[in-house]
Amino acid sequence: MDLYAEHILDHYHHPLGKGKLATPTVVHEERNESCGDDLAIELTVEGDIIMAVRWQGEGCAVSQAAMSMLSEKLEHMRTEDAAALKPNDIREMLRVPIGPRRTKCALLSLHALKNALLKLHHKPSQSWAETLGE
Amino acid sequence: MSMDTEVIRRQFPFLTARGSPCAYLDSAATAQKPQSVIDAMRQQEEMHTANVHRGMYPLAEEATAIYEAARQSVQSFLGAQAPQEIIFTKNCTEAVNLVAKSWGKANLRKGDAVVLSPLEHHSAIVPWMQLAEHSEITLAWVNMDASCAYTVESLRTTLDTVQAKLVCITGQSNVVGVRPPLKESIEVAHNAGALVLVDAAQLCVHHPVNVRELGCDFLAFSGHKLYGPTGIGVLYGRRELLEGMSPFLTGGSMIREVTRKGFSSAELPQKFEAGTPPITQAVGLAAAIKWLGQYPWGEIEAHERTLIETTFAGLQSIPRLRILGSDDPGAISGCMSFVVEGVHPHDLTAILGDQGFCLRGGHHCAQPLHEHLGVPASTRISFGMYNTIAEVQAFLPALEKAIHLLSKS
Repeated sequence: MDLYAEHILDHYHHPLGKGKLATPTVVHEERNESCGDDLAIELTVEGDIIMAVRWQGEGCAVSQAAMSMLSEKLEHMRTEDAAALKPNDIREMLRVPIGPRRTKCALLSLHALKNALLKLHHKPSQSWAETLGE
Repeated sequence: MSMDTEVIRRQFPFLTARGSPCAYLDSAATAQKPQSVIDAMRQQEEMHTANVHRGMYPLAEEATAIYEAARQSVQSFLGAQAPQEIIFTKNCTEAVNLVAKSWGKANLRKGDAVVLSPLEHHSAIVPWMQLAEHSEITLAWVNMDASCAYTVESLRTTLDTVQAKLVCITGQSNVVGVRPPLKESIEVAHNAGALVLVDAAQLCVHHPVNVRELGCDFLAFSGHKLYGPTGIGVLYGRRELLEGMSPFLTGGSMIREVTRKGFSSAELPQKFEAGTPPITQAVGLAAAIKWLGQYPWGEIEAHERTLIETTFAGLQSIPRLRILGSDDPGAISGCMSFVVEGVHPHDLTAILGDQGFCLRGGHHCAQPLHEHLGVPASTRISFGMYNTIAEVQAFLPALEKAIHLLSKS
């Protein structure tokens, strides 16, 4: 299937969860310096449940669509389960072939999420290599 | 030989061998290679393999002679005084690093400035930044407006405000295709007591370069943008400057003598060519220079001018598309870059790529220039001698279609 499939372009043109939260528990931003993709994720966490997700960002269709789809998936997820998400979960969620050129575009949302959750638990950020599972 | 684009295309295996048509519009990143370059390198590997400047047997002597003949080809291509002024490096980046880490380290003191402009490629910026981390030298930037015109007046203003020791100047921007006035800038820099390093990686592919006419002190370029192989670059340096410089990399080949107490360096050019050099690549580069030399520059430039002008006019008519830099196509050579409101260059170039149009999207190793222009990234179209008007005419509607697909309304 084509990378720019209808559902990817649809999420890109009409993103879900885009905006800001009034009182987020944690806010975290990640950037792909090489291409300028930018995602800032905001979470409201109650106990160990992600109650609300909002995000802001700019960049290519793949990075923005992935964040849109992921934000939908995250609501009411346990933080433990969110922290356990793997690159392959994102690939399966996207349902389009992600080649090596676009891996970082597709996984910027996951990288931002992982580091938001680490920040929530007062832990240092993880590297791209850790997010990629290399 | 007069230049016929169809005849030229037939000499490039890549342009003829593919089943589906592919418009290669990324020659500013690296050029396709003609058959004669590939053949020369293959012949070298098959029949003339021996290390250079070492063995006493005839084959080694032959390899040395071939390698040194390649150096002479480059010398004559650049109009240098002597073959000793031509140093083979790994690429253009290594050539700039050689100057920064040898000449720069020995000659730049606290308070001295290296003058740059936003047009520079990262390879002409970062080596000086790295040097500045350890030596308290400063980097001074020549001002320019959104048209990216590099003016002698602006250079003079910068030179008046700092203690300039070196001006690093590109011959032709790898993003917006403008050419700074080299000869005048070099003169102004010299009058201010600064040496000049020219990054000719883009310029020498599209315009004749003569180091003695320009009067530059150093000049760097790479083989692979000049229809030659990767893995080889060239540093030209004025002989007396190179004579006075310490080796950059050290080890085999670059020494005169090594004892337990220390070493002394070989004469030029070996002093700067540590280890086994890129022999096959030097042969490939010489073959590329020979191939290019068959065609009059006037015809090459006239053909590429038509490509630029047709592209410029076509891009200008696309809504929400902004061509970066000059609004005068006559001031643009080799490549041009653009942004489309609301469309990321990576999406654009990925969609175009799947349709066989090879263009680069990103910052093109020129982030300070993109910062100057107020955009994070752009899409670049760049040309070689083998590109055709038909390719441009096929590209323009494909671009419009891709923009339409990605647009939000």
